[in-house]
Amino acid sequence: MRAWRDSDLWYSFTRSRITVAAASIAGVMILAAFLAPLIAPHNPFDLASLDLLDAHIPPVWSEDGETRFLIGTDDQGRDLLSAILYGARISIGVGIASVLLSLVLGVGLGLVSGYAGGRIDAFIMRVADIQLSFPAILIALLVNGVLRGILPSERQDELAIYVLVLSIGISGWVQYARTVRGSTLVEKNKEYVQAARLIGISPASIMLRHILPNAMGPVLVIATIHLAVAVITEATLSFLGIGVPPTEPSLGTLIRIGNDFLFSGEWWVTIFPGVTLAVLVLSVNLLGDWLRDALNPKLR
Amino acid sequence: MPSTRSSADFVAAEAVARHFDVSKPWLARAIERSPRVFLKAVDGVSFAMAKGETLALVGESGCGKSTVARLVVGLYRPTSGRVLFDGLELAGLPAAERARSRRRMQMIFQDPYASLNPRWRVRDIVAEPLRAFGLASGRAELAERVGALLVQVGLSPADGEKYPHEFSGGQRQRISIARALSSNPEFLVCDEPTSALDVSVQAQILNLMRDLQEQLGLTYLFISHNLAAVRHISDRVGVMYLGRIVEIADSGTLFSQPRHPYTQMLLDAIPDLAMSGREREPMGGEVPNPLDPPAGCHFHPRCPFANDRCRAETPALKQYGPAETACHAVEEGRI
Amino acid sequence: MIAFTLRRLVQSLVVILFVALIAFSMFRFVGDPVHQMVGIETTLEEREALRERLGLNDPFHVQFARYIANAARLDFGVSYQHKKPVTEMIGARFPATFELAMVSALLALAVGVPMGVFTGLYRDSLLSKVFMAVSLAGISLPTFLIGILLIFIFSVTLGVMPSFGRGETVDLGGWTTGLLTGSGLQALVMPAVTLGLFQMTLIMRLVRSEMLEVLRTDYIKFARARGLSNRAVHFGHALKNTLVPVITITGLQLGGIIAFAIITETVFQWPGMGLLFLQSIQTVDIPIMAAYLMLIAFLFVAINLAVDLLYYVVDPRLRLDRGAAW
Repeated sequence: MRAWRDSDLWYSFTRSRITVAAASIAGVMILAAFLAPLIAPHNPFDLASLDLLDAHIPPVWSEDGETRFLIGTDDQGRDLLSAILYGARISIGVGIASVLLSLVLGVGLGLVSGYAGGRIDAFIMRVADIQLSFPAILIALLVNGVLRGILPSERQDELAIYVLVLSIGISGWVQYARTVRGSTLVEKNKEYVQAARLIGISPASIMLRHILPNAMGPVLVIATIHLAVAVITEATLSFLGIGVPPTEPSLGTLIRIGNDFLFSGEWWVTIFPGVTLAVLVLSVNLLGDWLRDALNPKLR
Repeated sequence: MPSTRSSADFVAAEAVARHFDVSKPWLARAIERSPRVFLKAVDGVSFAMAKGETLALVGESGCGKSTVARLVVGLYRPTSGRVLFDGLELAGLPAAERARSRRRMQMIFQDPYASLNPRWRVRDIVAEPLRAFGLASGRAELAERVGALLVQVGLSPADGEKYPHEFSGGQRQRISIARALSSNPEFLVCDEPTSALDVSVQAQILNLMRDLQEQLGLTYLFISHNLAAVRHISDRVGVMYLGRIVEIADSGTLFSQPRHPYTQMLLDAIPDLAMSGREREPMGGEVPNPLDPPAGCHFHPRCPFANDRCRAETPALKQYGPAETACHAVEEGRI
Repeated sequence: MIAFTLRRLVQSLVVILFVALIAFSMFRFVGDPVHQMVGIETTLEEREALRERLGLNDPFHVQFARYIANAARLDFGVSYQHKKPVTEMIGARFPATFELAMVSALLALAVGVPMGVFTGLYRDSLLSKVFMAVSLAGISLPTFLIGILLIFIFSVTLGVMPSFGRGETVDLGGWTTGLLTGSGLQALVMPAVTLGLFQMTLIMRLVRSEMLEVLRTDYIKFARARGLSNRAVHFGHALKNTLVPVITITGLQLGGIIAFAIITETVFQWPGMGLLFLQSIQTVDIPIMAAYLMLIAFLFVAINLAVDLLYYVVDPRLRLDRGAAW
């Protein structure tokens, strides 16, 4: 069935031109972001190479543009294109790490909840319901605030990325948990699980080796759509000034920095990272939408 | 209890009961003043099996026969009563000994599409009990054992590389049997192993099970609603109705001289081309709501022989000639 | 029904208590409250005295009970940063957020519903496709980016809109409103559009799919067969039946609007609760964070409860198990 379904998926994929385009764009952007150290024209983190005289240079097609800096520089004299490549690397990295954290957390709790049932299930699902009644961004903000309160202030900048991943990761586990719990409730009553229980396979092993592989389909859809949400959340937190510090800017931080110069006419510092972010999120969203429809013909 | 079981019996159920709590949440109960509700899926079932014999439990769906199967192998814990396997009560054993006893009993399930994990290769499915009980050391030995098991059930060793969906229902049931045999069990519980299969395939599976029984000296507890299959494979037959055994006898006796009115009704429901000559009694009525079974003999609302005693007093299984029957009418000689 | 209502009430109470526990734990264990309240020159004895006076040496459950009792009287302590009562600070900023949220919600409804009806009725027209594409962008674009774009276009490039603040406000006995002055109304436009855009796209897509669903049903075919005009069918029959889910979702989204106001208020420097909350996170001003959390929790629970009960009354088939989006 796997080979057959894969080919079916592939067929549905190639049939949708928008999806192919979205996948290509997302793929190129993610690849470029991860190869930033190799392909970026400058290293925006190398403070020695920065020259404040290079600051505020507009894109190359403007009057004062320079060919060294294709789309201009920011207030520190950083090449914006390089900064965007490195920034996208941080944004996507934080996004993927957050999605993985949510996934592990949610899938684990969902499995336990569905398989154990009873009070454990009631407790986990109660917490999930409570969290679900608040928007994820609010949860992320709160976790962020609490973590920053706990951590010593002098180490906050270096730990900022981990704080971000934790806050976004914790804010997103519920969808995974609810979905996996639903699948687990179905799977655990199937006879292959009884056959495993019969020979004394441990609950942990049954959950991980028997039920989990059968519950992963919808999880992948959620993870794709969640990646777009996580990237937006990272950008939002960084834009709000509680994300990654300006010394290692993500896309959100770049937009925040640029926002201060918007009124002096230096639009490019904000607009280019903003467009990058929007295109990235849009293409991942399109990909997720397609995946959901392709795996779930009933929902179309 | 009709008769005391000797501990020499290989498998024995002693007044085993299993009740499921199907009440509403407590808040709703408190407001609507409704009581707790229990489904008595199995309500005091006793039987004993000798080594190498096949006991079949038959009855309409919902009579509790599948629950008995799960109680016997220990998937459910009995609400009361106990199950003895080779003289030992599984539930009371320390973990190591329980694992040793578990190895000796296995189960074949009803739905060949749900009983094999769709994401596992057949060789991993068959090897799982071998791994769990540490019965094979090393990959080579494992592969060899799995191959031999697949051959034993009429498949080829190469089939181990495939996934369950590549097989038909009958072939899947063969895989299920190979898995059950992999731990060298002595006792197999078969929960409607043929009822999900095409009629043409059913006989193949039944014959395979018979051959394996002869080769390996297996003991079968065979759960089914298919009387033809039961007649084909079993030495003794127990008839269940709403959680209780109403009659239990040798296969020949039960099919030729059924005593209990319910057994007679079941047999009459089989299309009988040869016309055995016995007068057929059309018996109507539906199985009552198992949440609220009739008092006394559960069968009395559908029974043409019921009297006031049947409506008040639960009959016990007693020996009448070659059969054990739980029926006041039989006891009083009204049938 | 009684059991359902009771259970939902109890659940709501549990949620509030649970959130209160988190708020209290934040207050009590994130940083040292005494350390936050006193200067460097305060002696150890004075600190200990303050600790005793605040009851920080009492057992956990006593402190928690006192926290709840205070919260019930709307007393959330004093801001570490501003040394002012938290309730007073939030109260002063509540009108700004409330006006923004309400205008955004109305805007989202007023634009989203007609757009949804249109795209539902004429699903193949070019304009519908444009609407759908715009709505996809509305879902994908982060709120703050939309705000920045609006500022860039209308404030920086065209110079026709104020880029920050509330404009002139009028004080109506403790409630400051920007709805009565020209500059106040002007200042409200861009923040309200930014905040309402996401909800608008959501409502539009919802109305569209509901319309498509309803138009397929037999009673619509029957209404057509009776010879009713398109107009009567579309608005008298079809639209009316889509409104229950629309109102429900809008109600549920109200909580989301208030939460997302944090971002919009930051972009436009709108002096509301969200901006205060964000500043409190940046400065780890726990009493404000805790109070905001409690306030939001209360609002959300109240809205959820109302919607659930309404749902139960309107359509008993649709029992529970809704899930909010991320």
